[in-house]
Amino acid sequence: MAYQALDFYDFDSLLQEEELAVRDEVRRWVSERFMPKIEECFLEQRFPLELSRELGEMNLFGATLSGYGCAGLNNTVYGLINRELERGDSGLRSFLSVQSGLVMYPIHSYGSEEQREKWLPKLATGEAIGCFGLTEPDHGSDPGGMVTHAVDKGDHYLLNGAKMWITNGSIADVAVVWAKLDGVIRGFLVEKGMQGFSAPLHRKKFSLAASVTSELVFDNVKLPKENILPGVEGLKGPLSCLNQARYGIAWGVIGAAQACYDEALQYQLERKQFNRPLASFQLQQAKLAEMMTAITAAQGICMQLARLKDEKRITPPQISLAKRNNVAMALDVARSARTMLGANGISLEYQCGRHMLNLESVYTYEGTHDIHTLVLGHAASGLPAYSN
Amino acid sequence: MNIFVCMKRVPDTESQIQLAADGRSVDTAGLNYIINPYDEYAIEAALQLAEKEGGEVTLLTVGASDSDKTIRKGLAMGAQKAVLLDSGEDLADPAQVAVLLADYLKEQSADLVLCGKQGVDYDHAATGGMLAARLGIPCVSAIASLEVAEGKAKVQRDVEGASERFEVALPAVLTCDKGLNEPRYASLKGIMQAKKKPLEKVSVTPADSARQTEGMAYPPARPAGRVIGEGTDAVPELLRLLKEEAKVL
Ligand SMILES: Cc1cc2nc3c(=O)[nH]c(=O)nc-3n(C[C@H](O)[C@H](O)[C@H](O)COP(=O)(O)OP(=O)(O)OC[C@H]3O[C@@H](n4cnc5c(N)ncnc54)[C@H](O)[C@@H]3O)c2cc1C
Repeated sequence: MAYQALDFYDFDSLLQEEELAVRDEVRRWVSERFMPKIEECFLEQRFPLELSRELGEMNLFGATLSGYGCAGLNNTVYGLINRELERGDSGLRSFLSVQSGLVMYPIHSYGSEEQREKWLPKLATGEAIGCFGLTEPDHGSDPGGMVTHAVDKGDHYLLNGAKMWITNGSIADVAVVWAKLDGVIRGFLVEKGMQGFSAPLHRKKFSLAASVTSELVFDNVKLPKENILPGVEGLKGPLSCLNQARYGIAWGVIGAAQACYDEALQYQLERKQFNRPLASFQLQQAKLAEMMTAITAAQGICMQLARLKDEKRITPPQISLAKRNNVAMALDVARSARTMLGANGISLEYQCGRHMLNLESVYTYEGTHDIHTLVLGHAASGLPAYSN
Repeated sequence: MNIFVCMKRVPDTESQIQLAADGRSVDTAGLNYIINPYDEYAIEAALQLAEKEGGEVTLLTVGASDSDKTIRKGLAMGAQKAVLLDSGEDLADPAQVAVLLADYLKEQSADLVLCGKQGVDYDHAATGGMLAARLGIPCVSAIASLEVAEGKAKVQRDVEGASERFEVALPAVLTCDKGLNEPRYASLKGIMQAKKKPLEKVSVTPADSARQTEGMAYPPARPAGRVIGEGTDAVPELLRLLKEEAKVL
């Protein structure tokens, strides 16, 4: 059976014809080009980098940015792209959202004209890959405490430190690295092959296994002066990027949940126990009812979030709510779907177990579920509870 | 080059086809439509030729008024413009379609007309040939490769156990088979540009069809599977059945 995406409230009717056309084309690409590879990639702990150019040919990278080969489209289209890609795998969506929201966005917003000309066209075609280095071994939820730092040496900067858990790290041609210069957080463009820069791979992941995650090590890296992002200072630089990517995640995980729901439903209609389809038992129907409700609520959140973002009146806590709710929703749906497939639910020949494992990462990255809880508590009470 | 691609919509290949109450047609309610997959090879071939040789690609459809949604997908792939010969509803008789296509194409100065080798809905594989006959120009069906030079097309097609090569004077009608190329996916920019591209609708009245559909029926249910044995012991019997019953060996 072909993939059927749950749309219980007919949200499709709110989409423009071109938005539906984009959705259909990306969905078809995922079915035809990505799905045949994912099981093997997940087992081999490999990202199918050979597909990067195809994503670029479809103009999917940096789709909301204007100029430099980008499509310049609205946030609904961007959301739909994320959702359709994550229907395939959270690793595929991560690849796109890092490149778009965490690499192209800061270069576009804060880069010099030379930096934009140098990197954006190649990142847009998928010819160049980017990564975003914020998290450090000793500073995750608390990025402001970072120790990676640059020193102004007159004709260059000298960069030292390390970043951890960096998506696309080992395959990146350019890394947007956040480091302190005289105690102030600044963005730097570190290029593949620079002396003193290495990006060893994190192996042995049970989650996002089909995505590249790496350490970034800077050992006296000499950075040309023109490699600093001139347009932003302080934590708001990386946080503004995270808002782009979190927005994409809020949409993306709906795709993972829809894939799990579809798989569990098809499976239970087909498989009989006690001479009846599994889907005819009330306990199983209760699971389907919970999934439908949760997915539909998440879709509603995203439709409005897209409008707020297009109208430029979106606030970071609104994005936190969507990221927090939708990722937890998708994780619950994946776990529930996993049970509905019985033993097959733990096989990589089915999707829900893989989605379930992936979503553990999504729950943690881009601000953990807990941190977004604190953001919402802060928004509600006006009292920050992150630290004492 | 002035290239025309005759394309049409067909129900999504994943659709569960339901027969209508009259027992002579398909119930179209709720069907999702896609570009006929063989027509996608034709569109891709046309786009590649136009990119290489210069020229313009026009999509031409005979079909229902709301075929324009599917035609836009072809425009999103990169064709410059499209014409919908609006016959009210989709026509099931290829002769009716071929006449309408020919009447329109006679007035155009096409250098090349490309079609899919068949529609995956009714599988007649007849429209392209009939169209060429009405236009009085050559036709090669089910081509697997295509090159154009100096007003001639060099094509190759696969036949049982061999491959044929032809040189064809242009204009000609060529119908396209799987393997000719890999149709591109539409890009975001292509999709956005498609809505601004000219899509002309011309009302047409099909000639009466000389054939009448008497009835349609679902294919017989597939017989249940058979277990013929287990492990290597079953191999001789399996081979015998493949040879004698299934006749695939
Ligand atoms: C697969 C993967 C890919 C990643 N990709 C990237 C990337 O591309 N770039 C990048 O910069 N980072 C990336 N990350 C890192 C990710 O963003 C961090 O792991 C995340 O921010 C959490 O940091 P931490 O792991 O250090 O956990 P910690 O901050 O140590 O948190 C551990 C636990 O403590 C909780 N906690 C922390 N502080 C508080 C508090 N104040 N109150 C209550 N509870 C608290 C957390 O919620 C969590 O449950 C990635 C991570 C993964 C798993």
